[in-house]
Amino acid sequence: MRAPARTISPPRAAGAGVPAGRKLGWLPPAVVAGGLIPLVVLGLRAGAGALGPDPVAEALNQLGLLALVLLVASLAATPLKLVSGWTFPLRIRKALGLLAFFYACAHFLTYAIVDQGLDVRAIVEDITERPFLLAGFVALLVLVPLAATSTARMLKRLGAARWKRLHRLAYAAAVLGIVHFFLRVKKDATEPMIYAALLALLFAVRIASAVLHRRAAPR
Amino acid sequence: SSSGTSSRDPFVTDEARTSYEDIVSYNNFYELGLSKSEPAQNAGRLRLRPWAIACEGEVKKPEVIDLDTLLRWFPLEERVYRMRCVEAWSMVIPWLGFPLGALLRRLEPTSRARYVQFTTLLDREQLPGQRSDVLEWPYVEGLRIDEAMHPLTMLAVGLYGKSLLGQNGAPVRLVVPWKYGFKGCKSIVSIKLTERQPATSWSRAAPDEYGFYANVNPAVDHPRWSQATERRIGELRRRPTLPFNGYAEEVAGLYSGMDLRESF
Repeated sequence: MRAPARTISPPRAAGAGVPAGRKLGWLPPAVVAGGLIPLVVLGLRAGAGALGPDPVAEALNQLGLLALVLLVASLAATPLKLVSGWTFPLRIRKALGLLAFFYACAHFLTYAIVDQGLDVRAIVEDITERPFLLAGFVALLVLVPLAATSTARMLKRLGAARWKRLHRLAYAAAVLGIVHFFLRVKKDATEPMIYAALLALLFAVRIASAVLHRRAAPR
Repeated sequence: SSSGTSSRDPFVTDEARTSYEDIVSYNNFYELGLSKSEPAQNAGRLRLRPWAIACEGEVKKPEVIDLDTLLRWFPLEERVYRMRCVEAWSMVIPWLGFPLGALLRRLEPTSRARYVQFTTLLDREQLPGQRSDVLEWPYVEGLRIDEAMHPLTMLAVGLYGKSLLGQNGAPVRLVVPWKYGFKGCKSIVSIKLTERQPATSWSRAAPDEYGFYANVNPAVDHPRWSQATERRIGELRRRPTLPFNGYAEEVAGLYSGMDLRESF
């Protein structure tokens, strides 16, 4: 049985899904197309044997980094809108999030198929015994329900409030992704720290905005 | 043994050698850059001659020895060793060099000499990575004296029959095939015999992650990743890592009675 449709409370809830209006309709497909260019480049380099002495590590690093960058970029949409007033970031947020999920899957599949040769026992052992792998794997799992509920229909079905709450998990996925990255590097943690700082900044903008909103609200 | 089944020669493995191109382009040498490719790009900064090594500490005959003099004293041998990096990749490298033990015996260690400390050149111009503080410079490594005297332990000055390039630790580096690669101190300017265990660079930087011994051991994981398998450069699939990197028959005896989980 279908749950009764909830009323979606406008206008803020609209920002949670796909903003209405037909302006900039070309933007999301353009972002998806642009976001797939690194994959094409990686494929061409792999085909040409140009991924260096350790091609598996290179592919894993590239795919994982793309997943993290795109995930952080998708999380930047709302803070950017809060700060600048621009609405275009909200229009490409979903595309960025789905691209991040796509690259996270490609990263995991490269690990499972190429690196581990689909040896399920070895993979399960690896993930359960290594904190750094566990963090990455949980990050991927967290992204699954978000990708699955990314459509306008699922937003409607869940109701805006619940959908929003669920999609806050994107922050958890990003934190886990950064932990995964941080635990992997041997000494120079500059790069993962940059992403951690960026994520903290994005979160701070949201908190600050929420606090200001509450203060400004009429009693 | 009658047949050729036990053709095992610890000094020259018959495993496929890693290509020269890969050996000189995929390097960990933080003094020349943090990425794998930077060391090759920056290697030209190293001035390889004249080069002297201060042989000092608990020896009866301390001496600053010019590298070319050293090369006249000891005939060069080719040793084809597996090299296992702590990052879980490996290579097979045909080194050119001589046993460290030959040099140490010539220096005549005193009765107090229990360890050997190796130090890399300290020079921010030639080794620009020393401007960053990822590690304390200069890089210091060390061995127990019986490890240093072991016939497998060598000082290398070349590979594939050619002189070492900067990225591989030119002009002279340590090679200890049963230990993780970071024990192989590069561009050595000092060999010092000591009574106390040297404070080595990686074990000082992260004592819970890198021990003094750093013997290749698939049963002792790095706290953050597995050491059970490795990827041989040039191959796609991982292979199991062997205890002491496959040199257990030769070196396991050095550690009898020791808990290698404790002394990792």
